[in-house]
Amino acid sequence: MRLYRAVFANGLRRYSTYRAATAAGLLTNTVFGLINAGVLLALFHARPHINGYDATDAITHVFVTQALLAPTAIMGPPLDLGERVRTGDIATDLMRPAHPLAWWLADDLGRAAFQLAFRSAPTFAAGALLLPLDLPTDPARWAAFTTATALAVLIGFALRYLFALAGFWLLDTRGLTSLLFLLGPAFSGVLLPLVLFPDPLAATMRTLPWAHMIQFPVEVFLGKHAPPDLTAGLARQAAWAAALLALGALATSRAARKVVVQGG
Amino acid sequence: MPATPAIHAQDLGRDFTLTTGPLLRRTRRTITAVHGLDFTVAPGEIVAYLGPNGAGKSTTMKMLTGILTPTRGHLHVLGMRPARRRTALAARIGVVFGQRTTLWWDLPLRDSLALTRHLYRVPAATHTARLDELTHALDLAGFLHTPVRQLSLGQRMRGDLAAALLHDPDLLVLDEPTIGLDIVSKTAIREFLLNLNARRNTTILLTTHDLSDVERLCRRVILIDHGTLAYDGDLDGLHALAPAPRTLIVDLQAPADPLDLPGTRHLRSQGPRQWLELTGAPAPAIAAAAAHHPIADLTLHEPGIEDVLARLYRGRS
Amino acid sequence: MAQYPLSLALLGLAQSLSVIVELIAVLVVFGHAHTLAGFTAREALLVYGLAGTAFGLADLLIGQVERLGDHIRTGTFDTMLIRPASPLVQLAADEFSPRRLGKVIPALACLTWALATAGIDWTLQRALTVPLLLASGAAICCATWILGACLQFFITEARQAANSITYGGKALTEYPLAVFGTDTARWATFALPLAFVSWQPALYLLDRPDPTGLPDQLRHTAPAAALLLCALAALAWRTGLRHYRSTGS
Repeated sequence: MRLYRAVFANGLRRYSTYRAATAAGLLTNTVFGLINAGVLLALFHARPHINGYDATDAITHVFVTQALLAPTAIMGPPLDLGERVRTGDIATDLMRPAHPLAWWLADDLGRAAFQLAFRSAPTFAAGALLLPLDLPTDPARWAAFTTATALAVLIGFALRYLFALAGFWLLDTRGLTSLLFLLGPAFSGVLLPLVLFPDPLAATMRTLPWAHMIQFPVEVFLGKHAPPDLTAGLARQAAWAAALLALGALATSRAARKVVVQGG
Repeated sequence: MPATPAIHAQDLGRDFTLTTGPLLRRTRRTITAVHGLDFTVAPGEIVAYLGPNGAGKSTTMKMLTGILTPTRGHLHVLGMRPARRRTALAARIGVVFGQRTTLWWDLPLRDSLALTRHLYRVPAATHTARLDELTHALDLAGFLHTPVRQLSLGQRMRGDLAAALLHDPDLLVLDEPTIGLDIVSKTAIREFLLNLNARRNTTILLTTHDLSDVERLCRRVILIDHGTLAYDGDLDGLHALAPAPRTLIVDLQAPADPLDLPGTRHLRSQGPRQWLELTGAPAPAIAAAAAHHPIADLTLHEPGIEDVLARLYRGRS
Repeated sequence: MAQYPLSLALLGLAQSLSVIVELIAVLVVFGHAHTLAGFTAREALLVYGLAGTAFGLADLLIGQVERLGDHIRTGTFDTMLIRPASPLVQLAADEFSPRRLGKVIPALACLTWALATAGIDWTLQRALTVPLLLASGAAICCATWILGACLQFFITEARQAANSITYGGKALTEYPLAVFGTDTARWATFALPLAFVSWQPALYLLDRPDPTGLPDQLRHTAPAAALLLCALAALAWRTGLRHYRSTGS
C-alpha cells in the first residue's frame, strides 16, 4: 500500500513540474469554454428552456465540462503504457511484483489530483469571473459532485488502460484510439449538452461510459437529480467503473501470460 | 594564389546570456562558451577537433554550420559566412551527427536518400551514379529497403554518411561518427573516410571521444578546452606537449610487496599485478625484475593519446 | 505510419468524423433555434463549410508547423537547418500525410451543398469570387498557424497555448460571428482577422447587411486581410528564426 501511495505522490509531483503545460491547458479550456458558452447563450436567447436546461445551466455545463476534461482525460492523452506495449518495454513491467493496473491507477490518480486542483478549479473560476455561472450552495450537492467526479476519473482511467493494453492484440492501436478519443467525447456532453440531442439519441448516449464521465457529473453539479435518481446514477457510474477495471485486470493477466508464453 | 581555406576562424567567440532566478528578480549572467579561436583548415585536410565535454566543441560546430551566430570575431567556411549564407553553405557541406540521424525515421533508406537528393537538387543521372558508388563503398545494398528505424546503429551511421555525401560536398563535418559502434564498423567507416579524402579531396572535420579514430585518420589535431584553443598541430606534437611516461606492467606469480626497481616508481598493485611508472630507461628495470622476482608476464605500455590528453586536461584545470 | 494501412484509414476516418461531428452540433443547435443572429440553418452551413474547408486546407499544408517546439527540443530542428531548404517548408512537410484530406473532404462537401441550397443570388462575379474567398480564408488560417508556431521560438512549450488560438479560431469561425456579440466580431475583424475566413465571405455571398454594424465594404477586403496577415507571419517567422540562431535555445 505504501508503494502505491509513493506512486501516487510521484504522479502528482511529476505533473506539478509541467507548469507551462498546465497554464496553457488552462488557457485552452477557458477559450473553448467561452466560445461554446457564446453559442449556447445565443441558442438559449432564442429558446429559453430546452429539456430542463436554461441559459445559466447551459453555460455552467460548458465550464464544468471544460474543468472535467483534464482529470478524466476523456479526449486523451493516452497512457504512456500504450507506448511501452508498442516497444516491448512492458515485459519488464509485468515481471515486477506490483500489479500494473494498480500501479498505473495510482500514478494516474496523482495526475488527476494535480489537475483537479491546478487546472479544473482555475478553469471554472475563470468562467465564473467572466460569466454568471451557477454555483451549488448545498453541501450535499457538493458531496455528490465530488463522488461523481471521482468515479468519472476512474472510468476515464479504466478506458485508457484498456486502450493501452489493446496493443497486445491489435497490431497498431493508434488509429482506433484516436477514433475513440474523438467519438467518445461527442457522446458525452462535451460537444453539446446531451439534453439538446433528440430524445432517443440522447437516451442511447447516456447509457455509454462517456456520458457517465461528463454529462452525469455535470447534472449532479446543476442539481438536476433528486435523491432516488441521484443514487441510481452514482450506482451506474460505479458499475461502469467496476466493470471496466475488472476488464482491465482480466486483460492484464492475459497480457502477462502472452508475454511469458510468447516472449511479448 | 593560395586556395580559399575550407575553414577560417579569427578571434571567433560566442557568449550566452543566462537568465535565472524567480520571475520578478531575474538576474542575467554571461557565459563565454568559446572565445579567441584562431585556426585555418586547408582544403583536403582531415582534422580532429577534440576537447573534454563542455569545452565548446558543439558550440563551434553549430557556428560552422550556420545554426548559431557568433558573437565575436570572424568565421568563413568555404569562403562564406555561415550565419549569413546558411542555405548556400548547406548545399556544399555534409553533416553527420553520431547521436541522432538526419534520415527520415519511417522511410526505407532508399527513399530517404531519394528525398535527400531532391533537397540538395542533385540531377537524376548524377544521383544514380553517386548512389551506386556510395552503396558499394559503404556496403548499403543489404538494407537499402529497410526503414531507417529498423537499422542497427552501424547501418544507420553508414546511411547517414551516404546522405551527407550524396551531393559531393567540399566539407564533411562529423560529430562523434563512431560513437557506440563495434570495432568492425568503426574500421570500415575510417577506411571509407580515408578513401574519400584521397579520391575527392573532401575536407573532413571530426569530433570524437574515440582516440583511435584520431590516430587512424587525422594528421592534425585541434584541441579546445574551456572555450579556448589549447593545441593546434600534429599528433606527435601533442605527445611532446604533455609527455606521459611509459608504464611497466609486471605480472608476478603471486602477490608481493611493491617492487623497487631502478628507474621506476610504483604506481599501484592489484593482486599479483603491479604498475610501475618508468622514470628512467626500461632495460635496467626489466633486467632487475627478471633477476630477482618470479615473473609470470611483463608488458611495456606506451602512453596513448588518452594519457596525453588526460594529463593535459588535468594540467590545465 | 505508412506501414499500417488500416491504422492510416482509421486516422483519416477520425479526421473526417471530427468535422462531421461538429457539423452535427451546428445542425442540432439550429434544430432548436431555427435562426441565430438572423442566419438560418442552411446559411449557417455555408459559414461552417467555408471555415471547415479553409482550416482543413491550412491543416493539410501547414499544420505540422505547430510541432516546432518538439523539433527544437529533440534537436531535429537543427537537422533541418543543416539542409539547403527553407526550415518552414521542411517543418510543414514533415509527417505530411494524405489522411489530413479527411478534414477537407466533408467540409468541402458541406460547403458545396450550402452553396447550392442557401439561397445565394448567383452572379458571375459571385461565382468567380468563391475560390478567391476560400484561398484567402486558407491563407489567413495558415498565417495564424505560423504565428502560433513562432511563439515556440521563444517559449518552447507554447504549443498548447498556440493551439488555443488556431483551434479556438476554428471553433469561432464555424458559427456566424454575430452569434458571439459585437465586441467579439470587432476583435475578430481588426485584431486577428478571422472574420474574413467565413463570416465576411458569407455576408458577401448572401448579400446580407452586417448585423454587427460594420461597413459593407469590408467584405471585399478578404484578400487584403490575408496578404497583410501572411506578411506579418513571414516577419514573425524571420524574427523567431533569427532569435533561435542567435541564442542557441
